[in-house]
Amino acid sequence: MKALPLLGGLAAVLMLVACGEKPQTAATLKADGKPWETAQTAYTAQGWTAGDKTAWEQQLRARAQGQNEYSRAPVKP
Amino acid sequence: MARMKFICDSERCIECNGCVTACKAEHDVPWGVNRRRVVTLNDGIAGEKSISVACMHCSDAPCMAVCPVDCFYRTDEGVVLHDKDVCIGCGYCSYACPFGAPQFPTNGTFGLRGKMDKCTFCAGGPEANGSEAEFEKYGRNRLGEGKLPACAEMCSTKALLGGDGDVVADIFRTRVLTRGKGSEVWGWGTAYGRPAGAAAVKTEATKS
Repeated sequence: MKALPLLGGLAAVLMLVACGEKPQTAATLKADGKPWETAQTAYTAQGWTAGDKTAWEQQLRARAQGQNEYSRAPVKP
Repeated sequence: MARMKFICDSERCIECNGCVTACKAEHDVPWGVNRRRVVTLNDGIAGEKSISVACMHCSDAPCMAVCPVDCFYRTDEGVVLHDKDVCIGCGYCSYACPFGAPQFPTNGTFGLRGKMDKCTFCAGGPEANGSEAEFEKYGRNRLGEGKLPACAEMCSTKALLGGDGDVVADIFRTRVLTRGKGSEVWGWGTAYGRPAGAAAVKTEATKS
């Protein structure tokens, strides 16, 4: 007979669970890593080391000059 | 370092769509989504001009301004990126963008609109650099590999230039000065009229 109120209480708790409020947390922006801190892989371009911002910037500048044919073949006078 | 920028030299673009293909292949971009497109002006008419268009990574990006969930952010290099976990796929950014850069994958029976997808300047997203998760959501992170965007590096005529804004501007300026033309399609002159035209209008106004 003692179990009856306990079971009743348990049933009430189970029924009221649906009335509870779930925590609602909006997704927030994640922090992005710095490109020069990316771990080097087999696909990483040669000429700079991970963590060295100056070397990375230099690497990109040198690479951008690959788009400049005037730096490879001078303009005819 | 200055901001990362793209510029397309309309005098050189041959509408080969190599940039579009390079982008799709590099990032496994799904069917129906084009992060980059080639637009041809006066198509079929002698003297037609083509330009390759994608996200221009605006300094004052309208997509960032209108996003109701604030999913956009700008990196130190001036690349405009977004977090797909925050994006709700509402499409406001596509209405705000003057270049039509934001793309929405449609899949399923009812063409369900997914999260926004756009050019990342090959800089990935907010997931760990070079990770599988980053590739799945945003594609390759070439900047993290010390490389420039695949579209610009693959361009056969070097019409599409990408990289540090200062370097790219110098390359383009040298070309324009060397050949004596070709700055008309992009820039101030196109949007607001050439200086010569403006001078003529001013003279007319003075006369009247």
